[in-house]
Amino acid sequence: MSWWAVLALCACAYALKYAGVVLAARTSPDGAARGSLELIVVPVIAALVVVQTLDGGDGTIVLDPRLPALLVAAVLIWRKAPIIVIVLAAGATAAGWPHVM
Amino acid sequence: MSCPVRSDPLRRDAASIAVATGIYAVSFGVLAVAAGFSVLQTCAMSLLTFTGASQFTFVSVVASGGGVAAGLPPALLLAARNGIYALSLREVLRGGRLRRAVDAHLVIDESTAMAHAQSEHPEKRRAFLLTGLGILLCWNLGTLAGALAGGAIADPGTLGLDAIFPAVFLALLVPQIRSRRALGAALLGAAIALALLPVAPAGVPVMAAALGSVPFLIRRRG
Repeated sequence: MSWWAVLALCACAYALKYAGVVLAARTSPDGAARGSLELIVVPVIAALVVVQTLDGGDGTIVLDPRLPALLVAAVLIWRKAPIIVIVLAAGATAAGWPHVM
Repeated sequence: MSCPVRSDPLRRDAASIAVATGIYAVSFGVLAVAAGFSVLQTCAMSLLTFTGASQFTFVSVVASGGGVAAGLPPALLLAARNGIYALSLREVLRGGRLRRAVDAHLVIDESTAMAHAQSEHPEKRRAFLLTGLGILLCWNLGTLAGALAGGAIADPGTLGLDAIFPAVFLALLVPQIRSRRALGAALLGAAIALALLPVAPAGVPVMAAALGSVPFLIRRRG
């Protein structure tokens, strides 16, 4: 496999991160702008939850053991369980779920 | 005797996420070597690209015969969200030019979500660094283990690993819902991602979800 492809991926991935850092440093430091920048990330994380739960690859939506695992996690989050408990419970639910869905 | 990890919830949370990510990295190492990348190239990707979703996509496209030219665009679309994260971390990524350049490398899904899940500023930066550095360590160790072990390791789906990450992100999203507009933005973002998932290329649904914040930003300024 060619090194140029590997290094191009590395360079571009870092450039995208650094571009955000530079842009952020140029915004005005007033409270309203700060709140706005923080709000941008909320729908992105929400989207991450949806995509990582339902994405079947190649543009398909699949219902598989990730969904009951997320529901178990939701109950634990509501009960204010620590993240380690959520990690273990979600993993155990998905691993133990019969593949019938 | 007090255990430093147990007495510090932030450190404990960061460690749990880092370990889960490290186990996931093992499957990245296996997949990359199977796709034809050398052990050194596989490790270089985890150390220098350091953004899991992009690495998996890149290697999957190459593994399915798409070639590196076909693998780069979707991988970079997925990496683009890190730019949005960096933008949102303005208050966290403070310091000199060099400090910010180093911090930029640690901007990923988990470090961003952990930072924003804290309400006080010094805690945000600590959460960002603990999570970013913990994952940097585990992600690279896991990649190396997987690259060396090859196909001897099971598929992450069978171990329930693929279900861990949405659960963690939900856990980190909930503390960020501190207002009605944050709730609105989260629901709109989820709806955008769901609508685009069947029709848009990988990476687009999550990126486009950032637009879910727009109506709530306008209302605040108006």
